[in-house]
Amino acid sequence: METLQAIPAPAVQNKTAAITSQSGSYAVMDALVQENVKTIFGYPGGAIMPIYDALYDFKEQVKHILVRHEQGAIHAAQGFARASGEVGVVFATSGPGATNLVTGLADAMIDSTPIVCITGQVFAHLLGTDAFQEIDVINITTPVTKWNFQVTDANEIPAILAKAFYIARSGRPGPVLIDITKNAQLQLFDYAGYEPCNHVRSYRPKPIIRKSYVEQAAKLINEAERPFVIFGQGVILGRAEAEFKAFIEKAGLPAAWTLLGLGALPSDHPQNTGMLGMHGNYGPNVLTNECDVLIAVGMRFDDRVTGRLDKYARQAKVIHLDIDPSEIDKNVKATVPVWGDCKETLPMLTELLQEKLYPKWFQRFWDHQEKEKNTIIDQEMHPASGTITMGEVIGVLNELTNGDAIIVTDVGQHQMVTCRYAKFNESKSHITSGGLGTMGFALPAAIGACYGAPQRTVVAVIGDGGFQMTLQELGTIMQFGAKVKIIILNNQFLGMVRQWQQLFNDKRYSFVDITSPDFVKVAAGFGINGQKVSEREDLKTALKAMLAEDGSYLLEVMVTKENNVFPMVPQGRGVGEIVLSAAEIK
Amino acid sequence: MQKQEFTITVYTENQIGLLNRIATIFSRRKINVESLNTSPSEVESVHRFNIVITETEDVVRKLCSQIEKQVEVLKAYYNTADQIVWQEMALYKVPTSQIAEKVQVERLLRKYGARAVVIRHDYTVFETTGHREETDALVAVLEPLGLIEFVRSARVAIIKDSVGFHEKLKEFEQREPGEEAAENEFLSENEQIFTM
Repeated sequence: METLQAIPAPAVQNKTAAITSQSGSYAVMDALVQENVKTIFGYPGGAIMPIYDALYDFKEQVKHILVRHEQGAIHAAQGFARASGEVGVVFATSGPGATNLVTGLADAMIDSTPIVCITGQVFAHLLGTDAFQEIDVINITTPVTKWNFQVTDANEIPAILAKAFYIARSGRPGPVLIDITKNAQLQLFDYAGYEPCNHVRSYRPKPIIRKSYVEQAAKLINEAERPFVIFGQGVILGRAEAEFKAFIEKAGLPAAWTLLGLGALPSDHPQNTGMLGMHGNYGPNVLTNECDVLIAVGMRFDDRVTGRLDKYARQAKVIHLDIDPSEIDKNVKATVPVWGDCKETLPMLTELLQEKLYPKWFQRFWDHQEKEKNTIIDQEMHPASGTITMGEVIGVLNELTNGDAIIVTDVGQHQMVTCRYAKFNESKSHITSGGLGTMGFALPAAIGACYGAPQRTVVAVIGDGGFQMTLQELGTIMQFGAKVKIIILNNQFLGMVRQWQQLFNDKRYSFVDITSPDFVKVAAGFGINGQKVSEREDLKTALKAMLAEDGSYLLEVMVTKENNVFPMVPQGRGVGEIVLSAAEIK
Repeated sequence: MQKQEFTITVYTENQIGLLNRIATIFSRRKINVESLNTSPSEVESVHRFNIVITETEDVVRKLCSQIEKQVEVLKAYYNTADQIVWQEMALYKVPTSQIAEKVQVERLLRKYGARAVVIRHDYTVFETTGHREETDALVAVLEPLGLIEFVRSARVAIIKDSVGFHEKLKEFEQREPGEEAAENEFLSENEQIFTM
C-alpha cells in the first residue's frame, strides 16, 4: 500500500512548445472538447470536484446538465446518444454516484448504446482502504461495460479517454467507464495535446467481410420463394437505413422490425409488415415459421423476439448479418453468417440480388394483418365507448405529429402499445429500454433526446408506475428547460404485470395496484404546465395544447384499467402459437 | 451434445481487471472453472490464459466468442484433451521419518517420476508433474504415510497443431484481415497497452 502513495513522477519528456503543464482535470475537459462533446449529463461530488473545477472554465464550450440522480444522468446520456447517434457523456462522483450508474450502464450495454462515463475516485493511496465514498467501481461495472479502466496517473488521461471514445462508438457500440482517482485529476503533468484513437491492437471493431458468404446469401435469397427480412437496431447503429431500404426494395422483400429496429424503415413503407416478438404483429410472427429464407439484419434473436427457440423458424434457412461475431449462432443457428458492418454488407448483397416480387407471399402478411385489425386493432384504436384506450392516445398523437416526433417510451403495456401503433418517418425517432426493460428510463432519456436532437419534438410516453421511478428529473427540466412533452398513460396499475397475473396467475393481483399522486400538481410544483384528461372528446385538444406549449408539458390520460396488450406470444411458446385474445390462452 | 473436458487458450494483453472480465463470462453462466492459469506467452507482452472446463462444444464455442469479444483479448481457442499436450505440477509434504523408515524412496521417485525438492529432518517435499491421474496416484501412496500438505497447480497446455501465435494470427487475419492488419505484424514489439 505504501508504494501507492508515491505517484511516480511523469517521465521527463523533451519539452516542445506544444507541451504545457496542465492538470489531469484539464486534460479530461480538453479531451471532451476535442471529441466534440457539447453536452454532459452529470452530478458533482467530492471525488470528482477537480474535474468540475476544470469544467467551470469550459462553460462556454460544453453544456452541463445537472440531473437529480445519477441514474437520470446516464439515461439522459442514452437518450442523447440514441437521438443523435453520438456518444453520450456522463460525470458522476465515486461511491454512490458511481453505483447509481449501474442500471443505466446495463441498459446501454444490452441495447448497444455508446456512452462514456467518467467517475471520480478516491485518491490512489486510499484505494482498498474503505475510504469515504470509495467503491470498487471497476469490478462492479465490469459485466455491464464494453470496457472500463481506472486511471491513477494524469499522464494516462489523454490516451485513455481517446481509447474510451473509440471503443464506445466503434464496432458494436457500448458503454465505457473511466474511473479517475482524485490525485490524477489534480496532478500537473506535461500535456502534449489530445490525439484521437483509431486503433487498439487487440480490438477488431468490425470483421472484414467474406465475399463468399455474401455470395451464398445472395444465392439463397434469389432462390427463395418466401423470403422474410427481420431487422434490428444494427441498421440504425450502422447508419445503414438507406442501404437497408435499397436492399429490400430491389429484391421486393417483406420486412419486419424488432423493438429497437423500429424507425429504421418508415412505418408506412409498403414492404414494412410490422413488429416482431411477444406483442408484435400477428403476420410477422406467424410467417416467421413459414418463410423459407429468414434474413436477420443487425438483430440478436432476443428471447422476446423468438419465443421458444426449438419452435422458431425451424423450416427456414437463416442468413444472419451482424457486426458482432459472438451473436452469430448464439441463439439461432445461421445457415449463412454474414459478419460485418451492414452499411458495407448490405450494398454488396443488394448488388447480387435479382429484382423480384412476391405478391402471393405479401398477401399472406396482409391477410394476417386484416385478421389482427378486425380482432384487435380496430377495438384498440377506435373503441365505440368506454374509457380512453392507450392505442387511441397514440393514434391521435400520430395524427398531430405526422410521425415526425421522437417518441421515448418507458417499459410495460404503454411501451408495447406505443411501439405497435406509433408512426415514424425517420430513423433515431424511437427510444426505449429494450433489452433491460428499465422502468423509469423514459423521462430522463427524453430529456437527453431533447439535447441530442434539439430541432425535433420529443414526446415521452410513460406509465403511471415508471414515471414515479424517476420523476425527480422534472427538476432537471425545470432548471434547464428541456421541452419534453410528457404523456402519462395512467391505468392505475402496474399494467403488464397485472396482465400476466390475470392471464397466468388466475387474476391473483399481487401488488400491482399502484396509487399515484396528482401528477399535474406535481408538474406544477416544478413549474411545468399540464392537464389531466379522462374524456375522449378532450383528448385531441389536450394533445394539441401539449404540442403547442413552448416548453415542457405534462398530460395525464386516464386509460382503461384492465386492458390487455394483444396479440401475445405467451412465454414458453413458439412464435407460431401467437394468440389474439385471452380466450386462446389455455 | 455430450459434455467433455475442454482446455481454452486465450491470448490477451496484460491488463489489470481482465482476469475478472474473463472469469465473469463463466460465472455469469454458472459454469465451474476447473483450472485457470495465466502466464506469459511465446510473444513478448502477450499473456496467455489456460482455462479448463467441462461443457458441450456448443457452449464452449459461444464462451470463446464472448471471451474474444473483450477489448483486450487477442484470440481464444478451445481444444479437447487429445489436441493438447498438458501438464499439472503437484507438491507433497510428508514426514521425513515416515518416508525414511517405511518407503523405498528411490523406487517411489522412479515410479512416479517425482523428485525431492526439500529434505529436512522433519519433513520432505516431493514434486511431480503429469496428468491428473498421475499426480493423484502419488497422493494415494503418500496419504498412508502421513501426507501433511498437498497442492496441485493449474493446467498448462500446449496446442499440438499450433505453430505459435504469430502464425495463428496471420491465418486469422487472412480470413478476416482487419483494417489495421498490417500493424499487427509488429505484435511482438513491446508496445504500450494499445497504439494510437
